[in-house]
Amino acid sequence: MSDINSLHTSLVARVLEGEGQASPEIRRAAFNNEGLAEPIGKFVEKVAHKARMVTDADIGTLRKAGLSEDQIYEIVVCAAIGQATRQYRNALVALSAATGRN
Amino acid sequence: MRLAILDHGHGIRTKAMLALIRVVSGHPVVDAVKLAFYRPGFYRAGGLTQEAMRGPSEWSIADRELMAAFVSKVNETEFCIAAHTATSAIAYNDGAKVSATLADLETAPLSEPLRATLRMLGKLTRESKVDADDVLMVLAAGASEQQIKDALAVAFAFNVTDRLADVFDFAVGDPKAINAGAKYLLARGYR
Repeated sequence: MSDINSLHTSLVARVLEGEGQASPEIRRAAFNNEGLAEPIGKFVEKVAHKARMVTDADIGTLRKAGLSEDQIYEIVVCAAIGQATRQYRNALVALSAATGRN
Repeated sequence: MRLAILDHGHGIRTKAMLALIRVVSGHPVVDAVKLAFYRPGFYRAGGLTQEAMRGPSEWSIADRELMAAFVSKVNETEFCIAAHTATSAIAYNDGAKVSATLADLETAPLSEPLRATLRMLGKLTRESKVDADDVLMVLAAGASEQQIKDALAVAFAFNVTDRLADVFDFAVGDPKAINAGAKYLLARGYR
């Protein structure tokens, strides 16, 4: 059986707390998809729920707001891992409920 | 690629390695590889993806590659659909099975545990949630609890990767390059 739990924990810790150019607060907010000022808030919402609809113009808007490419990169990674984590955890809770275990 | 740093921002040693990959493979370096080698101390999800896709599991490698292709189809991520359709087709030695699954899950020639698992992964990917009834249907179809956990690990890996591929705008290679990449993934994995 494969077990990604420890790998998942270290991945999340790395992108939220490791060395980066976006502040830990912004990275965590991107991961949680909440509490972000515009234009980052709308962008992170799009990454989380309509990633295929992201355009060059969306990235351009972040650049114009003063974000560097590395900051954009980090925000995208945190937003993607955050949304996938919420999906994953939701399904594990459903699995526990289905099998009657906690 | 929408961010120039992912194309050209690697260190000198990594640039040399990417150039070597380009020469040896005879194909452009795929954007997924460029991403994997950019600031590996930050993202570096290869170990997790390797465990989900190649770690011990009751699911075959072909099954897990099919899950990756299926999740990517739901996300409409062209790069990952192409890459994992090809990888699954080679692993099964049955491209028709993979094509049929992506065209219509309900009529595809699949085992019932795998069909039910893909159905649940599709709902989770589309709606970001499933409930106990959804899981009970997968268990009733014959999948084990561990198989469901393993499938959820695959879905996690590709719900991350698909978003990155879409936002960074990974280029979809030509069929020869996609096939070469698929063979590499089967020979060497995701590390």
